[in-house]
Amino acid sequence: MAEAQNIPVGSTTAGQIAVAAESTVATRMSAPPSFDVADFPVPHGREEEWRFTPLERLRGLHDGTAVATGDGVKVDIEAPEGVVVETVGRDDARLGRAGTPVDRIAAQAYSAFEKAGVVTVPKETVLTEPIRIAVRGEGGVAYGHQVIELGAFAEAVVVIDHTGDAVLAANVDYILGDGAKLTVVSVQDWDDKAVHVGQHNALIGRDAGFKSFVVTFGGDVVRLHPRVAYAGTGGEAELFGLYFTDSGQHQEHRLLVDHNTPHCKSNVAYKGALQGDGAHAVWIGDVLIEAKAEGTDTYEMNRNLVLTDGARVDSVPNLEIETGEIVGAGHASATGRFDDEQLFYLMARGIPAEEARRLVVRGFFAELVQQIGVDDIEERLLVKIDEELEASV
Amino acid sequence: MATLEIHDLHVTVEADNATKEILKGVDLTVKQGETHAIMGPNGSGKSTLAYSLAGHPKYTITSGTVTLDGEDVLEMSVDERARAGVFLAMQYPVEVPGVSVSNFLRTSATAIRGEAPKLRTWVKEVKEAMEHLNMDPSFAERNVNEGFSGGEKKRHEILQLELLKPKIAILDETDSGLDVDALRIVSEGVNRVRETGEVGTLLITHYTRILRYIKPDQVHVFAGGKIVESGGPELADKLENEGYEAYTKGGASA
Repeated sequence: MAEAQNIPVGSTTAGQIAVAAESTVATRMSAPPSFDVADFPVPHGREEEWRFTPLERLRGLHDGTAVATGDGVKVDIEAPEGVVVETVGRDDARLGRAGTPVDRIAAQAYSAFEKAGVVTVPKETVLTEPIRIAVRGEGGVAYGHQVIELGAFAEAVVVIDHTGDAVLAANVDYILGDGAKLTVVSVQDWDDKAVHVGQHNALIGRDAGFKSFVVTFGGDVVRLHPRVAYAGTGGEAELFGLYFTDSGQHQEHRLLVDHNTPHCKSNVAYKGALQGDGAHAVWIGDVLIEAKAEGTDTYEMNRNLVLTDGARVDSVPNLEIETGEIVGAGHASATGRFDDEQLFYLMARGIPAEEARRLVVRGFFAELVQQIGVDDIEERLLVKIDEELEASV
Repeated sequence: MATLEIHDLHVTVEADNATKEILKGVDLTVKQGETHAIMGPNGSGKSTLAYSLAGHPKYTITSGTVTLDGEDVLEMSVDERARAGVFLAMQYPVEVPGVSVSNFLRTSATAIRGEAPKLRTWVKEVKEAMEHLNMDPSFAERNVNEGFSGGEKKRHEILQLELLKPKIAILDETDSGLDVDALRIVSEGVNRVRETGEVGTLLITHYTRILRYIKPDQVHVFAGGKIVESGGPELADKLENEGYEAYTKGGASA
């Protein structure tokens, strides 16, 4: 983006590349990862991992006062033939294998859910239609856990679609067998009041490919932890994200790619547009290249487009490299504005103001949207972008 | 025949917490088919005139009138002025991230013409216009002005001029920063549009160099926020030889 180094008033873009003997990605959390909520102190807001988040708007998810109401969310799963869809109890051995909760709310979700969903695509099963998981908020409080597991050489596309109103803390585990290919589209298209917090863990098998789109439009507060680790060499992760943060909304994406295995790749690209007073987007992009992860190739990028005054972006890429024997590692963060001069230029060519804005924002998101590969989702996102813009003008 | 009439135009700008008058009574009439060169020293207000006519929000019109075929241009929004037929080729075209040239041109042409151009003829039209300006086809896929060289930006402005076919074209220092080859290519583009006889051209420039390629019907000397002398092409020769000194000293106190 041309305005790459223009940082609007009220935003921060900090980045660092640390060559560390000891992981600060891990140690800067206030407690080590745990499945038990009791292992995490109640956050007060000044901790590194909470300092951007408006705790008072979390509706008690962070301090144990949010009690599941039974009418939190309704989950419907539509899966093609060959896929095994189960609802299991807390003691099922397949839960929690892709990663351990890293903050209090993720641990709260793990400690509080009653039933978990497990979707299994058996080995060598190649799906031609997406698996669709509709999570419909019914106005209450809910805790959840979902596992999506692909056997060796299985291929699938999964769409997780969040709509309605809820206070939800839920984690998702993606487990990819050797050579498996999984594309996940998680859409946060919540109503205005919803609060959604969760941790998405992907564990990528040998030579497997994981592609994730995290698309956040709605909600009062959305705070997600997309995280990736590798179970074997040759794994590839592509983590894409789009968010459109409106007036008063807080949308926070905290990523970690843990290169814990040699010869794996990761590519992260998150793009956000913001508009209106109090719109606040937070992007934390942590990439850790462990000492043993020789041959790693990684790049992460965050771009923000600020459409109006009054919006705030905090973008913090963080790359830690414990070995020099890598193919490549890089990161970039840029926050630019759609400013009056751009508007003037487009209008001076006869283009009305609203259309000018739409042109710029659609263009900004297009390269990511086009990669999703699920037609109805792509179309819906473009329509959604237009709606968001029309609501503001 | 389209006519742009500027009468006693006064314009101020806010700078350093003070209001400064830049244009101090500009009078000028440009008719379709005519080419007027406005020449003046730096800081004389030439660009302010250009941007004020296009409607840039930075400038406040304090008095005077601008009409296009009797319609009040000053009442129109920026996009309405463009659709009415006023085109400003900018000295510093703005980068628009995320918007490709081809998408931009088509959106713009659709807005100006009132309907989307038919795809087949449009593709041909753009291709030919780009060839004339020595622009590589890959140019269309780049983002508007992003990473363009100075010459590419100016060619892109003239490409728009050729495609949008305005009634009045204001070229704000289109020649600045161009080498001789680029200047020739850009000037040829302007001349193609002029030869249609359907555009009135307001050529704003600091240098006489471009007037070797684009022959004006009238030359106006701009100094101290207004036109201080008007004449035929011979006035440009005088400026070439004598510079602006006579006007900056006399003009400022006039």
